[in-house]
Amino acid sequence: MTTATVSTHDDHHDHGHPSGIKRWLFTTNHKDIGTMYMIFALIMFLVGGMMIMGVRAELFQPGMQLMKPEFFNQLIGVHALIMIFAALMPVATGMANWLIPMMIGAPDMALPRLNNWSFWLLPPAATLLVMPFILALFGVGTGAVATGWTLYAPLSVQGGMGVDFAIFSIHLLGISSILASINVVVTILNMRAPGMTMMKMPLFVWAWLITAFLLIATIPVLAGAVTMLLTDRHFDTHFFDAAGGGDPILFQHLFWFFGHPEVYILLLPIWGFMPHILSAFARKPIYGHKAQVYSFWAIGIMSVIVWAHHFFTVGMPIPALLYFMYSTMAISLPLAVLFFCWIATIWRGSMTFETPMLFALGFVILFGIGGLTGLVLADVAADAQYHHSYFVVAHFHYTLFAGGIMGAMAGVYFWLPKFTGHMYDEKLGKTHFWLTAISFNLTFIPQFFLGLAGMPRRIPDYALQFTEFNMISSLGAFALGLSQLLFVYIIIKCARGGEKASDRVWEGAKGLEFTLPSPPPYHSFTTQPVVK
Amino acid sequence: MAYKKLFASWAGLAAIFSSGLVHAEYAWNFPEPVTPLARDTLHVHNEFMLISIAIFLVVLAIMIYSIFTHRKSKGHQPANFTGPSTKSQVIWTLVPFALLLFIDFVVMGIPAFHSVVMMEDTKTDADMVLKVTGSQWKWQYEYPAEGIKFVSTITTPEGQIYNKEAKGEHYLLDVDNHVVLPVNKKVRILLTSTDVIHTWWIPQFGAKRDAIPGFMRETWARIEKPGIYRGQCAELCGKGHGFMPIVVEAVSEADYKVWVDQQKAKLASAAASAEKQWGKDDLMKLGAEVYGKQCVVCHQANGQGLPPTFPALAGSKLINGPMLDAGGHLIKDGHLDRVMNGKLGTAMQVFKTMLSDAEIASVVTFERNSFGNKMGDMVQPAQVKALR
Repeated sequence: MTTATVSTHDDHHDHGHPSGIKRWLFTTNHKDIGTMYMIFALIMFLVGGMMIMGVRAELFQPGMQLMKPEFFNQLIGVHALIMIFAALMPVATGMANWLIPMMIGAPDMALPRLNNWSFWLLPPAATLLVMPFILALFGVGTGAVATGWTLYAPLSVQGGMGVDFAIFSIHLLGISSILASINVVVTILNMRAPGMTMMKMPLFVWAWLITAFLLIATIPVLAGAVTMLLTDRHFDTHFFDAAGGGDPILFQHLFWFFGHPEVYILLLPIWGFMPHILSAFARKPIYGHKAQVYSFWAIGIMSVIVWAHHFFTVGMPIPALLYFMYSTMAISLPLAVLFFCWIATIWRGSMTFETPMLFALGFVILFGIGGLTGLVLADVAADAQYHHSYFVVAHFHYTLFAGGIMGAMAGVYFWLPKFTGHMYDEKLGKTHFWLTAISFNLTFIPQFFLGLAGMPRRIPDYALQFTEFNMISSLGAFALGLSQLLFVYIIIKCARGGEKASDRVWEGAKGLEFTLPSPPPYHSFTTQPVVK
Repeated sequence: MAYKKLFASWAGLAAIFSSGLVHAEYAWNFPEPVTPLARDTLHVHNEFMLISIAIFLVVLAIMIYSIFTHRKSKGHQPANFTGPSTKSQVIWTLVPFALLLFIDFVVMGIPAFHSVVMMEDTKTDADMVLKVTGSQWKWQYEYPAEGIKFVSTITTPEGQIYNKEAKGEHYLLDVDNHVVLPVNKKVRILLTSTDVIHTWWIPQFGAKRDAIPGFMRETWARIEKPGIYRGQCAELCGKGHGFMPIVVEAVSEADYKVWVDQQKAKLASAAASAEKQWGKDDLMKLGAEVYGKQCVVCHQANGQGLPPTFPALAGSKLINGPMLDAGGHLIKDGHLDRVMNGKLGTAMQVFKTMLSDAEIASVVTFERNSFGNKMGDMVQPAQVKALR
């Protein structure tokens, strides 16, 4: 279907771009930046993971064993902030950097210097987030932000300087995301190969285009909310203080106006991976390309009008409750279209089950659980029981770990041979999948039952009837954490060497990126391919 | 084959769970509902869960069939359709969509509508009002019609929490003063908070509502069965979030009347005690008790606090300074002022709304003469009463 004119000169050195540390500091190359994004994400994934290992160790049995409640509260909040802003979002941006130019037949991203800047904002942001932990060791301050990642006022107004660090960190992360999004939008709208109409665009590119619009629309709202928080804390404003005419619930509205689309910001790029992977290993064209594009749009638009379902228990008028309940339920419709298309893509195919395919199928099943529990959570009356309980914790880990992280891993395994030029160790990859899938379920299935039994989330210690499920969950979490070390090993091994990957990498792979050599040349397409 | 492994792992997990059933401690679902609201919630939850599980199993079955049949190792040749092409195929793709639309807005949507209306119907036929005020980290209860008011704090000793003693039966779920409510009466529950957002939740009531500083929120409960019901704060509210349980005791109407009379007598005697002159020993004794309940979480048993968030009382400038001026008025930001009126924006609460005259007088006396503080003076309950 597509023909590509590939530049034959592998011009790694003829531009005289710097080597060593300067190559990475000053790089404007989409692949170098993409690589840095992904390494950063992997490191932060391990950091955030270590924090939650501490939490699960504390929750292994009732009583306070390892830490004080204050420290526990810091760990859970920073874990979430890191996993969302410093692991999941950067891995998606890293993949976007690598793949979008290759998929649309462009030499690079449209705004390369901006690209460098949006990456290099991340390490300082992550440092700001973690630094209060280290400062506290030296007796400065009370440690990191201890309000949970949601930063609800007035608790966050009362909190120590960890909150200020988190606010500035969020500002930097937000600027980074907005810049990266602008770059993605400009690249996609301007640099597509001749003949690649919008509707011919690969689904990953489509998903990212909508992600980028969502980021540009919602990050400023979060930035505004945390700035108001900052002025409430230090400059005697009363945005969130009823005594001064403010309203603590206003913060929740602003936060979740960003926070709900954020869920789709995390998931849309992953949904973009799925059709590529499923169709490659089913050796069958993608089912319902257009339907998926329209579903992405529908979900993107609906995601900004359902935010209040995150806090039904604050007490709202009945019409508001009904509106947010029904609109939330309506999201299940475009999502069901996606599921239908994913399954129809493998239906009557000729499937093989390499690691990316295992992760993709695992994603479809486990994310299905996350989606369905989300549907019952939309019901206001039942939500009164689930809300703030471990049921919700289990639910959003099915969407964000199984849906987000495992989906991202599917993508990484799928394109890693293209990026590095080497095949990863298939046997280890499959082992990694099974360890991850099993220990993930072992961790989070018990949490559904804990929530139903009435265990609130974010408590450092619990009543005795919750003991057994917590033990199982902690054991699962330790296994899940350890399994990810295997992932790191597989990636390092693959980067260093291994069986040479062909241009097409997978028998059933399609798309412009697979017309380039593995690894692709420094400037992806120096001559634009023509898409028919 | 791959999926067999997955199922084997789930089966193993199920085995672990079911072995626990012998102990019968496990809850597989919501705890036994005791209010109409909780019954309705459980019903809705069960129905929706069954629908969800059915959808999940059907989709999973289709996937598994496909995974086992449409594989290369069995020589299955790939088809190359990219969408519905015939009329019947279009209909087949629309069927699941229509079915989901029907499930969302009819099968689930209609009962959900009725549940919402029921949940928010807090005022109709309410027999009594209970006002709940959350504070870091205790609950204050008020029966406005009866004039009863008390604070309810956790009684689980630190030794149990830090594993120095064996954990009691109601570990973390026991308080000093139970909320007593009559059965079969519709109780309108008003909620607010003095500092940060808390959430009042008793799973068996199906009622969970936020307590928001500066605003009043409401929910309701009609308890149908006498018994003791336990719950916890459900909104992260600081370091004591896991340690502010809720205990409601539902009793017959006759027993409730007896309890109300007892509480009224208690309040009357407390008010009377404010009039008499107290000896220092009595003040110190009651003060130590009050300190142990109200102050110890932040300022610690040794009065060293947890600086910088929770200042030390030992050697504190504020405590080792004057608290009343020559005219007997409160000195702003003096010791007594701080205890009675709190400090805005911190966990230091307005204790004058929470404690009796004798309790405030005694705890202030206690703090001025403990932890190495040697002020030697004392405060009489009558003085506190006059300063309110």
